[in-house]
Amino acid sequence: MYSFDLKKIRQDFPILQQQIKAKPLVYLDNAASTQKPKSVIERLQHFYRCEYSNIHRGIHTLSELATEAFEHSREKIQQFINAKYFSEIIFVRGTTEAINLVAQSYGLSQIKAGDEIIISHMEHHANIVPWQILSAQTGAVLKVIPINDAGELILEEYQRLLNVKTKLVAVCHISNTLGTINPIQKIIDYAHANSADTKVLIDGAQAVAHQKIDVQALDCDFYVFSGHKLFGPTGIGVLYGKQALLTAMPPYQAGGSMITEVSLEKSSYREPPYKFEAGTPHIAGAIGLAASIDYLNQLDFAALQAHEKALLNYATAQLQDIAGLRLIGTATEKAAILNFTLNDSRGVRIHGHDMSDVLNAEVGVAVRAGQHCTMPLMQRFNVDSTVRASLAFYNSKEDIDALISGLHTLKQLFN
Amino acid sequence: MISNLRELYQEMILDHGRCPRHFHTLPQANRQARGFNQLCGDSLTLYLQVEDQKISAISFKGSGCAISIASASLMSEILQGKTVSEAEALFQIFHQLLTREIPSPEKIEHLEKLAVFSGVRAYPVRVKCATLAWHTLLAALQQKNEIVSTED
Repeated sequence: MYSFDLKKIRQDFPILQQQIKAKPLVYLDNAASTQKPKSVIERLQHFYRCEYSNIHRGIHTLSELATEAFEHSREKIQQFINAKYFSEIIFVRGTTEAINLVAQSYGLSQIKAGDEIIISHMEHHANIVPWQILSAQTGAVLKVIPINDAGELILEEYQRLLNVKTKLVAVCHISNTLGTINPIQKIIDYAHANSADTKVLIDGAQAVAHQKIDVQALDCDFYVFSGHKLFGPTGIGVLYGKQALLTAMPPYQAGGSMITEVSLEKSSYREPPYKFEAGTPHIAGAIGLAASIDYLNQLDFAALQAHEKALLNYATAQLQDIAGLRLIGTATEKAAILNFTLNDSRGVRIHGHDMSDVLNAEVGVAVRAGQHCTMPLMQRFNVDSTVRASLAFYNSKEDIDALISGLHTLKQLFN
Repeated sequence: MISNLRELYQEMILDHGRCPRHFHTLPQANRQARGFNQLCGDSLTLYLQVEDQKISAISFKGSGCAISIASASLMSEILQGKTVSEAEALFQIFHQLLTREIPSPEKIEHLEKLAVFSGVRAYPVRVKCATLAWHTLLAALQQKNEIVSTED
């Protein structure tokens, strides 16, 4: 038994109290974005009501308050992922911007024609397209780690891809579509054993809310994630990079805050993290993200994980009982993401959009339908649209029951 | 609740969604256009043979939700043999049925089987599904080359 009070936790999230189409909201779209606890909403409100100002410039009281809160948030994130240095935490808009920053700053300065970049077949478009663009700019070659039918990376193939030309490996910690938890420690170790010049970026967008992250233990070179998938605000995200790499990297965007001195002929840049934070950042977002970390820190994380695991097992068993349902993503190491297609009684696949619409109208269940920003993965499994139910610790067994009941109605409708 | 959904997913829509008619390419086509709604993944290619301002043959290929496929299927049934201006007028009435006040009985009569889409009115997010084939039709008639979308 795990020791946490689900009822109390659910009361911490005001949005879960509301009704959708006269039914209690069943929110199963957490891989797209997570809901916000009261403490985060109140922190944002307090900041705007009492502490708001721009940072790093004014010498007035409010500017000092805002700057302190902003930099304190950076410290909190440093502790949360166990980064060695404060300066290794760069605030960005989100995972997507973090990956683009690494591609255009580290990649463009370090990667040359003929070098190789390795990604995997299960990547989100945000961890594919920036590398395609970089490859087109530099003449580097993009290599792809294949996956098996369960949706797991084939590690032997990965080892085969590594060679002296491999400069970067960019893979997700957890797949947003399949739920697969990748063996990132092995991926990082193999890359570093291959060459000191082979760097590793981990896309942690789906992992931060479900796994304890320790970037020093992992020894990854870059780790990126978004605040809004960690119960924090949208528009704020984090790039972690090893200090030595960040120091050597050229700026990504240029402007105020990132310079030490500017003349009309030339400028000199500040040290990280500020070198990569041109312009006024999302100050409130960073402060809200720190509040979401505070919220998580007062919960028993192992208990949350056990609860999610129990829900995943329950949902998996229930779904597998439905005739014509095909689960996509059946990795042994799996997070609480359930992706599936459903056939009607004649064996014709019901389109994901029809499914999500009926689930929403019939039982107030919010799920994602479509291709989940992973078109190559959908082609790999030969499906054009699936439904994804993705869980968070505030979900309950009743939420799963509502999903299952909605799917039975759907089968009745599409008899 | 399921009775409301039955209004949307009428038997004829489910039937055409499962077994679309005129669902093939058209070697003799002299007009063609592609419709694609990126968010939901609905994708179709429409083929037309137009002679003397008349649609003498029509077909489509693609994949999508029941509403979008049934709409393309029923559209291709009703437009067979219609003139270009008749087709355009039909789309006006069809669009009105989905988005504005219910058309007059005489107008509804013109729609024939297309009237089964009246349930879409209650589900505004599905209007883009039901109209994708029609917007693709207009692009094909106007010989536009860009891919049509009914998403914002």
